[in-house]
Amino acid sequence: MITTSQLGLDIQKIRARFPILNQKVNGQDLVYLDNAASNQKPIEVIQAIDTYYKTINSNVHRGVHHLSQVATDAYELSREKVRKHLNAAHTHEVIFTRGTTESINLVASGLGKGLVKEGDEIVITAMEHHSNIVPWQMLCEQTGAKLRVIPMNSKGELELEEAKQILNEKTKLLSFCHVSNALGTINPAKELIQMAHAVGAWVMVDGAQATPHLTVDVQALDADFYAFSSHKIYGPTGIGILYGKEELLNLLPPYQGGGEMIKSVSFEKTTYAELPHKFEAGTPSIAEGVALGSAIDFMNELGMDNIAAHENALLGYAHQELKKFANIRFVGEAKNKASVVSFLLGDHHPFDVGMILDKLGIAVRTGHHCTQPIMAQFEIPGTVRASFSVYNTFDEVDKLIAGLKKVEQMLG
Amino acid sequence: MTIADRQNEIVEEFEMFEDWIGRYEYLIELGKTLPLIDEKYKTEDNLIKGCQSQVWLHADTQNNKVIFTADSDAILTKGLIALMIRVLSDESPDKIASADMGFVDKIGLKEHLSPTRANGLLSMIKQMKYYAIALQSR
Repeated sequence: MITTSQLGLDIQKIRARFPILNQKVNGQDLVYLDNAASNQKPIEVIQAIDTYYKTINSNVHRGVHHLSQVATDAYELSREKVRKHLNAAHTHEVIFTRGTTESINLVASGLGKGLVKEGDEIVITAMEHHSNIVPWQMLCEQTGAKLRVIPMNSKGELELEEAKQILNEKTKLLSFCHVSNALGTINPAKELIQMAHAVGAWVMVDGAQATPHLTVDVQALDADFYAFSSHKIYGPTGIGILYGKEELLNLLPPYQGGGEMIKSVSFEKTTYAELPHKFEAGTPSIAEGVALGSAIDFMNELGMDNIAAHENALLGYAHQELKKFANIRFVGEAKNKASVVSFLLGDHHPFDVGMILDKLGIAVRTGHHCTQPIMAQFEIPGTVRASFSVYNTFDEVDKLIAGLKKVEQMLG
Repeated sequence: MTIADRQNEIVEEFEMFEDWIGRYEYLIELGKTLPLIDEKYKTEDNLIKGCQSQVWLHADTQNNKVIFTADSDAILTKGLIALMIRVLSDESPDKIASADMGFVDKIGLKEHLSPTRANGLLSMIKQMKYYAIALQSR
């Protein structure tokens, strides 16, 4: 069994920091390979939540009292950690949301208030998660704008030549996933952003699947908006980020009304708070926000490059071993991939495969992965998806392979 | 045989298996015995929406008894629906509508009753009862 990655990460030591991994499922050691859906939390993140409630819980940005100030400092420190992690120019360009879905909805909703009109075009791609399709469809329905889709080839790579045709002076915004959740494709974000900017469009990047694996530099990318979720990067659920360029966030009207987001309120006229508070109505998820900072510390302690190298090694090994099944069909064979392997085994329905793997203690995702248009393009009901995080081992890949052999034996 | 009798029979059959492998293999075998739905009834209306696999269910009456036929694209799901049909098919609508289906818990397939499984077993049972109620009120 290989326990140490070539770059010197001691995976067993890292695993020991994840209490949840040390358990039996159906009498078998848990093999958790559903990381693209949500990955597990190191003890530091769990303790951060615990410590928050035990020592500093109170409402932020309001009280003059000690606890409120300490809680505010801790919450704002996390915002700064996110800024640094994304290399954003300003801390106030980092907005706390509930997650990627809310971040996308925030932008779509804002654009619907007079910034997008009939005749405008919104461009997405053929490999988007439903959360990066439906908000734009709703925006288009509301405004009369047109939704256009950049196609992808059979390997699960975007057709960039066609993208050039689709993006035009009518395009108001391009929104695409940095990494596909169903296929693992890493899209050429910088190139796509340049193409959209060349026609004067804004660009939103869904970074939910990229932030767990890649170093993201929003300034180098020149992204106008970048969204991700805490729970996919070792942090708590219920909190996520919308990064936006200052001038665009100033242009965008508020998302929700309430406390925190105002400067002054009278029955005649309310004026809104400055960034970032303009978009943060109501009491936020403070404990989760603080713990997100701990998750970012965890990743940076290991090093994003080391995390990616280990995950890529697991992905390569999984591909190599899965290829040995005569009837394997990979869904998503892009040249540039993050740690997701989506496949079908013969004619077996993903549900049957997933149910048997579950009995063996192996957690994979089965189904359409909230990307029904992708499944429609490949004419399949869904896939089995294994996705890796830094704590996964080569031994666990072997267990997946052994599990699939059992599946074949049982399903015939 | 009553609905309860058939449930007891199934519980006894499943007691023969020591572990999940036996139970699942039996389910797979049962899937192959499912009374298949006529292709013409494989319509959107007869589709039970589950997140993971598709299930088509059709109900007819013969001599005031409800006859179910079904199909699914997943074999374990076929096995589950075959079990449900074995228990509920060829019964009067009122007996189907009031049947207690708690036996699923006793045959080691409890996990399939969880709504989060999204395999539609709960939806299947609900749909079978809806059909029975609809036929009852005719």
